[in-house]
Amino acid sequence: MTLRELVALLEGEVLFPEADLDREVPCAFASDMISDILMCTKEPTLLLTGLTNNQVIRLSDMIDLTGIVFVRGKRPLQDVIEMAAERGLPIITTKFTLYRCSGILFNAGLRSCKI
Amino acid sequence: MAEYWYIAEGFENRVQEYLADNGDSEVDMMFTVPEKDFNTAGKGSSEVKNLLKRLGVDSEVLRRIAVASYEAEINVAAHSHGGVMHSAVYDDHIHIRFEDEGPGIADIEQAMIPGFSTADELARELGFGAGLGLPNIKKNSDAMHIVSEKGSSTLVEFIIFFS
Repeated sequence: MTLRELVALLEGEVLFPEADLDREVPCAFASDMISDILMCTKEPTLLLTGLTNNQVIRLSDMIDLTGIVFVRGKRPLQDVIEMAAERGLPIITTKFTLYRCSGILFNAGLRSCKI
Repeated sequence: MAEYWYIAEGFENRVQEYLADNGDSEVDMMFTVPEKDFNTAGKGSSEVKNLLKRLGVDSEVLRRIAVASYEAEINVAAHSHGGVMHSAVYDDHIHIRFEDEGPGIADIEQAMIPGFSTADELARELGFGAGLGLPNIKKNSDAMHIVSEKGSSTLVEFIIFFS
């Protein structure tokens, strides 16, 4: 699945225009706790989360995120969006809940990341 | 002082050899980790990861090093009065030490139990406090060592081999 397809499925909004939406997303992980997210050391993964602080972007320095989807209509502050843009890390916001997003993407064939 | 040691299976000899004669490191990096500063916490770990990436360390090993380092760095910011992170890069491994200014860990065995957390409200709001910090360091390390006691400083250090 590409990020462009994912954005359409989640009726999402891309938070900075230069994001590379043709990027392939091989797998995903969903959590609102940072240490849980840090279990994803095996492969680059898409993250679905309700966390919007700058440490979520910092996580992408550690575990190679292919993108972040902010759920439940959450929107990070401008400085956090800029941190993502500096890293070329696509970030998307959607009104859907974490559970709904996970269900939609799983049904569309996006597998869970290895932990 | 209470002490905790973990050495991953199969790494006993390599760790003992290094501890007996650790020689000169190739690159040393030092960062300060201020108390409750969640804006900068994690920067040291990012920079260490960038350096190792340039040195050509395997990407999965890189992620393990970065996660162990980040968890330890966040621990210092979240739980201590501040501290320092010191990374020593050798040709086949990295040794990272975190030393803080207290207040120490009352019960290290308890702190190692997944899910046990003493994180405050501020840290929890930011998504920390899962109680997986020290367990995540152990999971990603080839050797881990903690020295602490209540009312004292804490040393957390770990070693990860590149292959």
